[in-house]
Amino acid sequence: MLLIRCPHCEMERPEIEFRYAGEAHIVRPPDPAAVSDEAWADYLYMRANPKGLHAERWRHIHGCGRFFNAVRHTVTDKILKTYKAGEPKPDLGAFATSADR
Amino acid sequence: MTQFSFLNLVREAFGGQRGWREQWRSPAPQAAYEVVIIGAGGHGLATAYYLAKEHGVRRVAVLEKGWLGGGNTGRNTTIIRSNYLWKESEAIYEHALKLWETLSRELNYNVMYSPRGVMMLAHNVHDVQVFKRHVHANRLAGIDNEWLTLEQAKEFCPILNISGDIRYPILGAALQRRGGTARHDAVAWAYARGASALGVDIIQNCEVTAIRRNVAGAVEAVETTRGTIRTRKVGVVAAGHTSVILAMAGVRMPLESYPLQALVSEPVKPIMPCVVMSNTIHAYMSQSDKGELVIGAGTDAYISYSQTGGLHITTHTLDAVCELFPVVRRLRMLRNWGGIVDVTPDRSPIIGKTPVEGLYVNCGWGTGGFKATPGSGHVFAASMAGDDPHPIAAPFSLERFTTGRLIDEAAAAAVAH
Repeated sequence: MLLIRCPHCEMERPEIEFRYAGEAHIVRPPDPAAVSDEAWADYLYMRANPKGLHAERWRHIHGCGRFFNAVRHTVTDKILKTYKAGEPKPDLGAFATSADR
Repeated sequence: MTQFSFLNLVREAFGGQRGWREQWRSPAPQAAYEVVIIGAGGHGLATAYYLAKEHGVRRVAVLEKGWLGGGNTGRNTTIIRSNYLWKESEAIYEHALKLWETLSRELNYNVMYSPRGVMMLAHNVHDVQVFKRHVHANRLAGIDNEWLTLEQAKEFCPILNISGDIRYPILGAALQRRGGTARHDAVAWAYARGASALGVDIIQNCEVTAIRRNVAGAVEAVETTRGTIRTRKVGVVAAGHTSVILAMAGVRMPLESYPLQALVSEPVKPIMPCVVMSNTIHAYMSQSDKGELVIGAGTDAYISYSQTGGLHITTHTLDAVCELFPVVRRLRMLRNWGGIVDVTPDRSPIIGKTPVEGLYVNCGWGTGGFKATPGSGHVFAASMAGDDPHPIAAPFSLERFTTGRLIDEAAAAAVAH
């Protein structure tokens, strides 16, 4: 079970308090009618699914109830950073060296 | 290749079993192949076998990063059934089930297919409605699936706890009698042996590191840890690692990879004559011929390539198993493990072309790929050999995510995810 630090509660809590909500920083096209079917499919369904660092959404469903983002390594499952929703996506390259150790 | 026969078994028994030869060749990779399959699991080996057998494609290589059958083929709970809801799914899973029925004979290898019946439990009104809908849909498609009352379910699986006092009492069950299990390793070995005898090169410990494309964008070679291999057709059958391989060619996929866990108990005398699945309380169980109870759990919540998973997931499943089968409560578990499953948004596989010329994919089998192994390989081989997809594979194209023609099997996929 993961231990996840909620950036709102500023506490490390067990994974079962949280709900995973998929890849982070996917932006909904502001005018869906204006985009091509390919672009809409990309937004709805295509995912990076990386073997490595992944920016992802979590929700502290049994705590504060709020969404936040985490950077996690998908091989070690180690969480390198959590940050509030709305904050910019961190530079994943900067984490790479520390995560590979 | 020595044919297995009663006569040969007797001869070897008297000869100290010293006459058996290796079941498949382990050649060094050649410089070029007509078709390269990435991934020597059941689906990849079956694809190679049918390419050679039915389409006359002899220069086929199957590249495997680790060892043959060491991924999800060796990690699943070996359940076979075809009671899916939509006609597209019914067609492909039933195609596979029909191939299972004669597979041992076809491959001259005992894959231990055992149609002992797969029973899916209903615990609430919604389950009852959904399963009955499946029963009716299957019947219209000519696929066996029947509704059992509580008492009939107990009769079919005597160790089942049908008491009304448990947390999620059983209300009834859907039973597919032709469903069952097979020996998962034997399936990989049988296809490897059959393919190798037809001239397919199976190259283990050979990881693909890049997919090279020509100026027109078409596939021209794959780079591997054992050198460059030229080819114009690549079939990616890499299960949980499909996104990683296709990213090498710049293709984004509608896939997410999750750990799916399973565990086995210590072996006991036969107590369970069938496969029982409970989607609602997340447990499924059968007994192997060795006597171990094979138990499947759910997926973790988050994407991961760790081939392990949270202990709370297996604990949750064991809670359910102990309630459904009180007789197993004091049994010890021998091993648990995880496999990485590639899950699509509609829980149906993706079989066919990618936007890159010469690059084909067979993936997205999610939590239930084992049952489809022969059918998947069969229709994928046809789709790779010809210009058009096999009619059974056609609806499972990658384009369906753009056109919106999804094949939603979230209910039939059974595993919690």
